[in-house]
Amino acid sequence: MDLQGFGHLLLSGTWVTLQLAFTSLFFGLMLGLAGAAAAISPIAPLRWLATTYNTLMRGIPELLLVLIIYFGATELIERITGSFVEINAFVAGVAALSIAFGAYATEVFRSALLEIPKGQREAAVALGLRRWDTFRRIVLPQLWRVALPGLGNLFLVLLKDTALVSVVGLDDLMRQAYVAAGFTKLPFTFYMAAAGIYLILTIISMQVIQRLERWANRGYQGARA
Amino acid sequence: MSELVVLLSEWLQTLAGGAEPWASYARYLPRILDGVWLTLELIVVSGLIGLAIALPIALMRITHNPWLWMPAYGYIFFFRGTPLLVQIFLVYYGLSQFESLRETGWLWTEVLSQPYWCAIIAFSLNTAAYSAELLRGAILAVPRGEIEAARSLGLPRATQYRKIILPRAFGIILPAYGNEVILMLKGSALASTITLLDLMGATRNVIARTYMNMEFFLLAGFLYLLMAAVLIGLFRVAEHFINAHRRVPRRKAAGLK
Repeated sequence: MDLQGFGHLLLSGTWVTLQLAFTSLFFGLMLGLAGAAAAISPIAPLRWLATTYNTLMRGIPELLLVLIIYFGATELIERITGSFVEINAFVAGVAALSIAFGAYATEVFRSALLEIPKGQREAAVALGLRRWDTFRRIVLPQLWRVALPGLGNLFLVLLKDTALVSVVGLDDLMRQAYVAAGFTKLPFTFYMAAAGIYLILTIISMQVIQRLERWANRGYQGARA
Repeated sequence: MSELVVLLSEWLQTLAGGAEPWASYARYLPRILDGVWLTLELIVVSGLIGLAIALPIALMRITHNPWLWMPAYGYIFFFRGTPLLVQIFLVYYGLSQFESLRETGWLWTEVLSQPYWCAIIAFSLNTAAYSAELLRGAILAVPRGEIEAARSLGLPRATQYRKIILPRAFGIILPAYGNEVILMLKGSALASTITLLDLMGATRNVIARTYMNMEFFLLAGFLYLLMAAVLIGLFRVAEHFINAHRRVPRRKAAGLK
């Protein structure tokens, strides 16, 4: 495939896409954990909040979310502070993608938390571990194992959703393909190249996720015949 | 219908009496409703075409013949592994790169250069890949005994599929397919990137006139939620009838011993 010297542009776009995906993954995981903690908390308003968050994000298109944050937040800040603050497309993208990721991750973490036997936590209490230590040393390591397959799928979705941020002008892979296609009048070539790069990223992610799963399950392998 | 909407819009405008954002909501109601309608049309049309493509692909995918399952696997992998936005742009912008396609006359001018049909093509191919994967899982999940029973009755293979396996598979697929339709609803917002005036496109159009970003984005969000709720409800009803054998008995019956 002849990329007419636009290859490096696609590569720099790929780098932005990866940065966007991993930054959103980090904040998305935080939101997901917080959401799951709220969803199983004994305080009813927190549970309602988690349910509302989840329901809203399941029905609203990610593109709308990106636009709301990119254009809406600017307007909101202007109304509150009275000064025009332009929100960076990257920041808006990270915010939108992590909110979307967090909503689905809430479900994954919630069901994973319920999978961990109650006895484990009771044992930790009996040993005199503090709440935070119980969570960090007992619950979290086991949470990983159960949540990984679900989170892996969500990451693949997130990776593809990063393309939406190109709509508000972030120079990610999608946007660079668009620019190159416009310059060279070879749209099929460049969108196909972009598709190829997304596929490669997907394949690599799938391999990594598989390894992580194997690693998380290392204590269980002997148990299954 | 459209006259009724215009009347409703005017009545709501007088009712709002200039209070924003309600007055603007009322004024642009016909446009937004057209957008809702187009969004629904996109989902239904491409959903149906997608299912029609998904069935042969799922059947190819479960065979053991590499000439059949490998192309099906490749198709599913490509469409599930790349962003929908890339797929839409590949169809809408990408195809114009081929001189031979641009000279096909009717096919080019009426179909392949029209954003509406490009969106339908991209959405159909995309949802077909996801549905094929669901369908494959469902076909493999049909209880063995039922297939064995069909075989022992001497039904030919085609009849086994038509009368036993596929009807069962469609029942099994239904809840997961409901999810896929919701994802399609969310994905359909991308049609606005190729100039279509679906709900997202109509909303952006209205915002360009009114400069009321937040108000109309939130309205669109509310309408998407509403559509999702209606679709979920419809799938619940469909499940109630199609999977009648799996209905949970009413609580009253639970007391009987």
